[in-house]
Amino acid sequence: MMNETDETITGEIAPVPANGHAEHDEHVAHNVAKHIRGYLLVGLTLLTFTGITVGLSYINFGTQKANVAIAMLVATFKAGLVAAIFMHLWSEKRMIYRILMFTAFFVLGLFFLIYLAWYDPITR
Amino acid sequence: MEIPYTVTARPDTGLWNAKVGIWLFLASEVMLFGGLFSAYVFLRLDADPGAWPHGLLNVPVGTMNTAILIASSVTVVMAWASLKMRKFRAYWWYMLVTILCGVIFLAVKLVYEWPQKFDHFGAFIKKDKLEKYEKYLGNHHLAEKGLAPRTEVSGHLHNKEALHDESVKEYEIAMDPVNADPTNPAMDRPHFLYVPPTDKIATIEKEDVEYANMFLPKHSAYFASYFTITGLHGAHVLGGVIVFTYLWLPVGTKLYKRNPEHLANRVEVAGLFWHFVDLVWIFVFPLFYLL
Amino acid sequence: MDASSGLATHPHAEHDPHGHDAGHDHHELPFWRKYIISTDHKVIGIQYGISGLIFLFFGFSLMMLMRWQLAYPGQALPLIGNALGNLFGPGSMPDGKMTPEFYNSLGAMHGTIMIFLGIVPIAFAAFGNFVVPLQIGAPDMTFPKINMASYQAFFIGGIVMLTSFFVPGGAAKGGWTSYTPLAVIADKGPTYDPFWNGQTLWLVGFIFLITSSLLGAVNFIATIIQLRAKGMTWMRLPFFVWAQFVTAFLLLLAFPPLESAVVMQLMDRVAGTSFFMPSGLVVNGQALHISGGGSPLLWQHLFWFLGHPEVYVLILPGMGIVAEIIANNTRKPLWGYKSLVFAALVLGFLSFIVWAHHMWLTGMGSVVSAFFQTTTMIISIPSVIILSAFFISLWGGSIRFNVPMLFATAFLPMFGIGGLTGIPLAFNSADLYLHDTYYVIAHFHYIVAPGTIFAVFAGIYFWFPKATGRRMSEFWGKVHFWPSLICMNIIFLPMFLQGMLGMHRRWYDGGQGWTLAGEKVWGLSGFQWNTPISIAAWTMGLAQIPFIINFFWSIKRGQKVNDNPWEATTLEWTAPSPPPHGNFATTPNVYRGPYEYSLPGREADFTMQSEPMTESDRKAYEAAAAAGVH
Repeated sequence: MMNETDETITGEIAPVPANGHAEHDEHVAHNVAKHIRGYLLVGLTLLTFTGITVGLSYINFGTQKANVAIAMLVATFKAGLVAAIFMHLWSEKRMIYRILMFTAFFVLGLFFLIYLAWYDPITR
Repeated sequence: MEIPYTVTARPDTGLWNAKVGIWLFLASEVMLFGGLFSAYVFLRLDADPGAWPHGLLNVPVGTMNTAILIASSVTVVMAWASLKMRKFRAYWWYMLVTILCGVIFLAVKLVYEWPQKFDHFGAFIKKDKLEKYEKYLGNHHLAEKGLAPRTEVSGHLHNKEALHDESVKEYEIAMDPVNADPTNPAMDRPHFLYVPPTDKIATIEKEDVEYANMFLPKHSAYFASYFTITGLHGAHVLGGVIVFTYLWLPVGTKLYKRNPEHLANRVEVAGLFWHFVDLVWIFVFPLFYLL
Repeated sequence: MDASSGLATHPHAEHDPHGHDAGHDHHELPFWRKYIISTDHKVIGIQYGISGLIFLFFGFSLMMLMRWQLAYPGQALPLIGNALGNLFGPGSMPDGKMTPEFYNSLGAMHGTIMIFLGIVPIAFAAFGNFVVPLQIGAPDMTFPKINMASYQAFFIGGIVMLTSFFVPGGAAKGGWTSYTPLAVIADKGPTYDPFWNGQTLWLVGFIFLITSSLLGAVNFIATIIQLRAKGMTWMRLPFFVWAQFVTAFLLLLAFPPLESAVVMQLMDRVAGTSFFMPSGLVVNGQALHISGGGSPLLWQHLFWFLGHPEVYVLILPGMGIVAEIIANNTRKPLWGYKSLVFAALVLGFLSFIVWAHHMWLTGMGSVVSAFFQTTTMIISIPSVIILSAFFISLWGGSIRFNVPMLFATAFLPMFGIGGLTGIPLAFNSADLYLHDTYYVIAHFHYIVAPGTIFAVFAGIYFWFPKATGRRMSEFWGKVHFWPSLICMNIIFLPMFLQGMLGMHRRWYDGGQGWTLAGEKVWGLSGFQWNTPISIAAWTMGLAQIPFIINFFWSIKRGQKVNDNPWEATTLEWTAPSPPPHGNFATTPNVYRGPYEYSLPGREADFTMQSEPMTESDRKAYEAAAAAGVH
């Protein structure tokens, strides 16, 4: 909803009644209202998956590695939901994606290279 | 002088200033927690077999806190949506619930979880003395099953003076179930539910102990990272609560009357930060409580 | 990302509740609001600049003290030795003779202060704050209050660092890298305060400095993304702005992992954790009572994850400054603008994945070291592109050798030497020998000292007229430049020799007892080379006096100049000197690239970015395009 021109969402509109709709673009309000069900659904999904993670942790998947991998998979899914829906990353502007792409690259680089350095000491 | 695009979006980027600002800030936060988590990974990989403890944290309470944080994420996005729809009363209530959720989360951490840990005690036995305390450690049983050995006897310290008094030569510990009944298969992967220590007392001579301490950050690499990461996360929660309170107080009402879109933007920015804090917790919870 | 589409300034200033304290009333503000807690980007830039210069000189003074100990180990420092001993306390210089602990403090604090309190605040924060909004045609930074907070956090961090000299036991001694476990066990014991000790304060100060950098970086990036004037497209940004943009990203993303590491080291020191403490550590014959299980290597990884991007934080703004000055004084467009921009971006990108080349001696396996050697080799390519573009820019120009240009030209070979001597260090086989010797010192000082610091001086002489409306004296500028250039080289060239003789960079006695250093090179042994180096260092200290006097004298008495004394093309020169709060009377529109010098068909040999296109321009651009120039 940030695509409006300067006139539609002007920054300095006249004071409006504290809970009124006056002078506000109905279209924006409508757009937001459409999403509310989605927000609630995502909230419920997150709660469900919290339960699922806890449940899964009682099951031994053979190795500790597998246990960690499965728990992290669920966590990543949950984090992805938060980022995509609550943080609106599902439809964000290109500039934000660019910034986050760099960040993701560097943070993964940090993890990967530190892991590599641990994995490959000269004594091996 | 006026700085453009504080409320309205710049046409070519489609963004207003604070949105760019918060995302840049969150990018740096990702790197901050990235540093901490990579440290966690490094230390955990580096730990001796069996040295990384398991099942020491209270899972039901942790789950509850996770749920509270998720709920607050929903309410904050609802608060923002209410503002967008110009429903100020709804905003006010959603915001209040968000703030309360943040406060409850912090209270559970600081008043219940942390002090419970500070009150717990663990003694790591020297490698050559493990055999002596076999009845508390059950390493033969673990070795048969191909599991990592135990080196720690934990529980409630009966003679607290032993921590400081050089003349006291042993620790008397009311053991945790895992040490009270070490060969029970149920203890192979220890309990996730909080179980109070038993009344079975172990007496451990100080000279057999490699290192012993209450469950403070200095107790082990595990608790060091647990307290540091949850501490820093808690500081973020506190920061969020302060910002939300500021936006919820009459200052926010005044801004709404003057320029509702500006308040909505501020709530969106603060909300983005809050969601990020939630997102960090989504990883903290399984890493420390469950795995 | 074309900014020219429908950008407009907002006509609603009269409704804005804050509108009244902007633009026209800067005379009414009391002194403390105008200069101490100002939110004006220019004032903050100057605050950063002056504090940075003071710290720079302070850090340099620490080194001048160390140079005495290196040239004349164990001898009492004449004249000021006793006074310094009294100032820094009993453990520092009893009877004017430097103790090893104090020497270590000086070394650690020299590095810390020069990098984090000197160069970064000046090259990035001061020039960035002052110049970037002006160059992109913005009224201020996007978040002026955060900008102010950034300076205040920096200031507190600086004060904490300085305070640490005067606590029992003195300032941090663990080197600017604060390697663990040494840094965790240092400054501990009965004679030290558990909190008010050198290393702990170093960590606390660092948290403030990192916070300051983060706030600054967020502000810079947001400003460059959001507040470019109408028509200021990305490819019309002056190279200086690009350099600052990349630098800000480096600070934004590389500093936080170090912040986490600093927090962990603070936990190690204050809460007794063992993040960086391995099991079974024995100190002075006694087993430490800690849990262990930590990793010293982890600190090095997190430290150098910042540490290497930090190198480019130090050099990129310098390159930006030099680019502006070279284009201006050769009176022709900067050669290869686009390749410069992409080189800077690639440089920034790669700088994140080369860090472990600082750690060849930690025992990395062949896979890891092959990876880091390769990336380190690759990163020299963009550096060379940038340097080559500058050299080619000089070609065929009718160069004006004014003081800024002298410093900028000197930057080129100095940076070249620094960069090329880094190549042997990039290979772990060569580095095994050269690691931690004076060779390393010489290598990175060539980049930072006659490199960045010369660029900083060039920038100060260049933008001084914009900040004050007056020009600094050319004559005294040259008196500043020539001795500085000569001394720099006398200081650092012999260090390559010393390093190749195997002299270790942290020796307290200057290598007096190192027999291999007795081998003579050009008549002097490695140890004896310390004397000319030290004398040159002190001479260089003297050579800064003309600069200091020139700087302050010119603020009030310098020759008055018009708004564009260098006949430059970028937007900052369209604003009045000094620019008022809000910078431009009307927001400028941008019609062309940043370096339109000697445009055919124009009377003047410079065409400002804000000058509308004429028919003759169009023809000139078409002709150039046909000839394949642009």
